[in-house]
Amino acid sequence: MTMLPATPSQTIGPFYGYALPFARGGDMASDAHPEAVTVHGYVLDGEGAPIPDALLEFWQPAPDGSLTGAPGSLRTDPTTGVLLGRDHTGFTGFGRVPTDADGHYALRTLTPPAVGKSAPYLSVCLFARGLLHHLYTRVYFPEHEAAQAADPLLAALPPRRRATLVARGQGPRSYRFDVRIQGGDGDGADAETVFLAFPLG
Amino acid sequence: MRTQEVPVSSEPPAETQSDIDAEIEALRKAAAARGLSHPDRDYPPYRSSILRHPRAAPVEITDPEAAELSGPVFGAGDVTALDADLTRRHRGEPLGERITVSGRVLDRAGRPIRGQLVEIWQANASGRYAHQRDQHPAPLDPNFTGVGRCLTDDHGRYQFTTIKPGPYPWRNHLNAWRPAHIHFSLFGAAFTQRLITQMYFPGDPLFGYDPILQSVTDEAARARLVAGYEHGRSVPEYSMAYTWDIVLDGPRATLFERPEAEEERR
Repeated sequence: MTMLPATPSQTIGPFYGYALPFARGGDMASDAHPEAVTVHGYVLDGEGAPIPDALLEFWQPAPDGSLTGAPGSLRTDPTTGVLLGRDHTGFTGFGRVPTDADGHYALRTLTPPAVGKSAPYLSVCLFARGLLHHLYTRVYFPEHEAAQAADPLLAALPPRRRATLVARGQGPRSYRFDVRIQGGDGDGADAETVFLAFPLG
Repeated sequence: MRTQEVPVSSEPPAETQSDIDAEIEALRKAAAARGLSHPDRDYPPYRSSILRHPRAAPVEITDPEAAELSGPVFGAGDVTALDADLTRRHRGEPLGERITVSGRVLDRAGRPIRGQLVEIWQANASGRYAHQRDQHPAPLDPNFTGVGRCLTDDHGRYQFTTIKPGPYPWRNHLNAWRPAHIHFSLFGAAFTQRLITQMYFPGDPLFGYDPILQSVTDEAARARLVAGYEHGRSVPEYSMAYTWDIVLDGPRATLFERPEAEEERR
């Protein structure tokens, strides 16, 4: 079977801000949901400087473990064409949030159930000006230490690298997860977030 | 001024176009045999990539149950029909050449990506984005924002009506100009198939000077970022037609054997 060659990636550039973000894009779960958690942090470059023009996308299973997703993340008003954003009557599994001027993002969601042999995680796709091809990573949660010992990805990583994928608890129902696109020299190399590749085609 | 880290009052960039040209040429020769579709994330002629690429190789995920092998879905309520016509979002008509851009979204096996979200954004005909941080002294157009979205149909087709964007200057180096382009964002059946890219227009004299396009070092791969002009699709006395098919990475060999793949082959 001949495979078609893929269309190359290009950077998202600096000016996606009026096009891609949508209302409640980062609120995969409602504030009012009793089990909603906040995951927030900074996206940082090779000098540790915050990146104010990154876009993070999140994908995760619904609370029942299903990975089918559901429409309704954007919801466009058919009268005015205005993007209304999700209404939280269902769980779409998709989140999108740009970093602010300080390079900070915040996501509200529900802790995902475990899928397969893995500990629970959020899948992350990162775009930024200066980044020619998006990057994948994952957010794991500190409560699941036992499951993480058996997680096929985490168990294969040295401890300092593994630590870049586990959010830190920061008060009730709040987690800190920074993405460092590029590590420094020497010991600083371990600060670089672990990014993922998937065998395709 | 195009990038936040360069203040308005700063000196012009020191490097000239010929400095960048020499770097582009050296990297093109070095990469010639590799024939890669995607750019290397470490591509110094595009200066903003220098501190924004990982140094470590990515860790390969082979777990057949990985969440990333599925992905977000969108539905009829997420878009309206008007979202695909960027010329009708304001009271008046935008300035510029009215065009249509259409094509198919496929996976590498040639199967259509059905019912998925396609998003675009672009500068206006003068090369200015409707974005506060775009300070290029070209006029804004009160009748053009430059944002569109649609869902692909059952054959993976999309179509937008818009105006042809203009080229614009940026601060990568002295006298740097971006060729005219439309930004595209695409979803496949899996999160792993996600793609953001840029579509260019045929015959643009700026191609060779642009480190973002040239970051795709393989000539055939670069050509896949350039739309075709298709006269037969132009609407007489209304709009000129560009066509551009998009191929997403994947699927994995195992996913390829799913029943719907069989159906598609019949």
